[in-house]
Amino acid sequence: MIAELGLAALWLAAALAALQLVAGVLALRSAGSDIAALVRPAAVVQGFLTTFAFAMLVWLFARTDLSVKLVAMHSHSIKPMIFKLAGAWGNHEGSMLLWITVMSAAGALIALAERRLPERTMLATLAAQGFVALGFYAFLLLSSNPFERLPVPAFEGNGLNPLLQDIGMAFHPPTLYVGYVGLSVAFSFAVGALVTRQVTPDFARAMRPWVLGAWIFLTLGITAGSYWAYYELGWGGWWFWDPVENAALMPWLAATALLHSVGVLAARDALRAWTIMLGVVAFSMSMLGTFLVRSGILTSVHAFAVDPERGTFILALLAIYIGGALAVFGLRAGSVAEGERFAPVSREGALVVNNVLLSAILGVVLLGTLYPLMTEAFGVRVSVGPPYFDPVGAIFFMPMMVVMAIGPFLRWRRDRLARVQSPLILAGIVALAMLALALALATPRVLPLLGLAVGAGLAAASLLALRGRDVRRLPLATWGMVVAHLGIAVAVMGMASESAFTKERLAALRVGEAATVGPWEVTLQEVTPVAGPNWNAIEGVMIARYADGAPRRLAPQARSFWAPPTETNESALETRWNGQLYAVLGKAADGGRWQVRLWWKPFVTLIWYGGVMIALGGLLALIGRVRADLKRRTVQRKAAERREGMAS
Amino acid sequence: MKQWRFFLPLAVFAAFAGLAAYQLNQPKDEFVQSAMIGKPVPAFAMRAASPDRPGLTQADLADGRPKLLNIWASWCVPCAAEAPQLAALEAQGATIVGVAIRDRPEDVAAFLARYGNPYARIGADDLSELQLSIGSSGVPETFVIDGKGVIRYQHIGDVRAEHVPLLLDELRKAGG
Repeated sequence: MIAELGLAALWLAAALAALQLVAGVLALRSAGSDIAALVRPAAVVQGFLTTFAFAMLVWLFARTDLSVKLVAMHSHSIKPMIFKLAGAWGNHEGSMLLWITVMSAAGALIALAERRLPERTMLATLAAQGFVALGFYAFLLLSSNPFERLPVPAFEGNGLNPLLQDIGMAFHPPTLYVGYVGLSVAFSFAVGALVTRQVTPDFARAMRPWVLGAWIFLTLGITAGSYWAYYELGWGGWWFWDPVENAALMPWLAATALLHSVGVLAARDALRAWTIMLGVVAFSMSMLGTFLVRSGILTSVHAFAVDPERGTFILALLAIYIGGALAVFGLRAGSVAEGERFAPVSREGALVVNNVLLSAILGVVLLGTLYPLMTEAFGVRVSVGPPYFDPVGAIFFMPMMVVMAIGPFLRWRRDRLARVQSPLILAGIVALAMLALALALATPRVLPLLGLAVGAGLAAASLLALRGRDVRRLPLATWGMVVAHLGIAVAVMGMASESAFTKERLAALRVGEAATVGPWEVTLQEVTPVAGPNWNAIEGVMIARYADGAPRRLAPQARSFWAPPTETNESALETRWNGQLYAVLGKAADGGRWQVRLWWKPFVTLIWYGGVMIALGGLLALIGRVRADLKRRTVQRKAAERREGMAS
Repeated sequence: MKQWRFFLPLAVFAAFAGLAAYQLNQPKDEFVQSAMIGKPVPAFAMRAASPDRPGLTQADLADGRPKLLNIWASWCVPCAAEAPQLAALEAQGATIVGVAIRDRPEDVAAFLARYGNPYARIGADDLSELQLSIGSSGVPETFVIDGKGVIRYQHIGDVRAEHVPLLLDELRKAGG
């Protein structure tokens, strides 16, 4: 009964999405018609229904209802409860349901909360949102029904991929999805504004919190995902330029560019067509990622639900939505005038350069990700990896960090570089000092050196932007910018330090023997079997000593899961302020020895601290913007009341 | 008419969509090769087949460096024939890991002493489990594995002199 309730709710929600689209379009055609009144309620009820359907699916997983195909395929009665729940979205059908749930919840939220958009743009936006949702309902209901019953209930479930049986992985996909789908709102806004030709600063101010919100979740999701890849895969790396990883990075790059250009549009009424374009591109990248991950068109270490038929369905959705939006863009962008002019050396100028560089990085990543697809059309199989992405990405990223350092010092519209040179010279000195320090410690390669130097310079410049300003009266949005830019600097320094100074040691140790890696001495104390709820493991207890410090206990495991039978490596980490010791237990070697893999990674944690800071910066900016907005609205309302009072 | 530039994004997207549609409808693998190409090597762990080289696990194939995975056995005649080519590959910088199929340690040791040891690691596959799981049907066979443990290329049969540049090229394409 639960499954049928969920399915019924989904069909109903799909019907409401259709109503939302049709009513919106009709209302736009005949202004002032009553049918416009249907659009908002349709969006709200639709959001409620999908949330209900999603709750039903989670309930089915909580009860391990093995008469439902999806549960039998992806769950198991002996799984811990938290992973039973996570199993609901740890698969293709469930994650698509999560996708549509977030999307229609966002639509409901716009319908309820958004009061700044002109009514016609609002109708067009909700109609667009309904249109996009409709495609995903079709995909879900026609080809990926999560509530499908088995003819005969299964005796026992298949289990959840053990790599996903990790608390980080339980929450990483929903976080990322809120981000991806949040961008669908930006997409609908962009289409709505194109349809009504109202690309104004007010429109940008209405769109900005949505972009900010999606961007915060994307940032958090990517940060969590990279930390998960780092500790769970047992490879000791945090980014592999895998197609799936790129699929998350590309929308983030587009959203970051959009965030900055929407700011220019809100503040200065410039970059109109460009902002709209980025709004379309950002969500397109989310959808493209979905397509690449699920169609099996590219091979990936993380790919799942690979199925060419589903791939064709998603490709059709891409063609309709992205193709459609880009066609409307082509027809209408010319009639959206470019807006205010500005000098090249100005805040706008810096933001435009930032946008161009971000777009270039996006292009580089997109090209690298799709390149194997292109060459395969000519019968050549290639794999594109770090040797391409690292240097080519850095060519654009390093200058972008320099622009990020300069931009915040510049005034809107017109400025002179001479006016802002003193803090920049200071930041340059910090960068050179870091370069000298890094060269004194090791002789790493060019890219890590540059990363350390430019990162330090950007950190200094970001803090110097606060100099001479009353920090108590600084707007929250400015704080947000400072914290986010500082976060970028911190993350980049973490990445550079990791690749410059990491020490690796592979040893075969008998119990009682020790190995050294960097400043650590690690002794293998014992190797014991341990059992978990649905796995058993060999655990290697190690005692690690940093220089002459106190001993630390590490217990990496080699786990074997029963359902499905899989082996995973649970690494053990010892974190100090200046880096992490990373230990993996390998297999038994000959002569009673055990393979042990050790890494000392100086300042590697800065990567994720940086990521969290970037998201925190976004959150501060979001709070600041929303508060300023509420204040402005209160002032306007009071002014209106006063006018009415005087009139009467 | 400078409006055309607003249609550029659409043109780029159309090119991508066409390519993707073509690829989706492409029959995969017209010629015989392992269905595992493009897929990661499944999880496995093997004891060392020889006392002077460590054994082999899945994690060893995913350490960031592409490798040749050579499936062989001391009892296999073509394996002895390809030994000089493996030595040449190693001399030219290839990392080679071996999987000894249904073999005894003393036989492995004797083989390596006689024909040289180009292997960084040698795992013992006593029941041909790994061999079957990566789609190999006989000895010798050589796979190119990229730095993430994904199979990129399969060479069936012994490696002859003319195959050495080919394998090095595949290894380079896998990121080496």
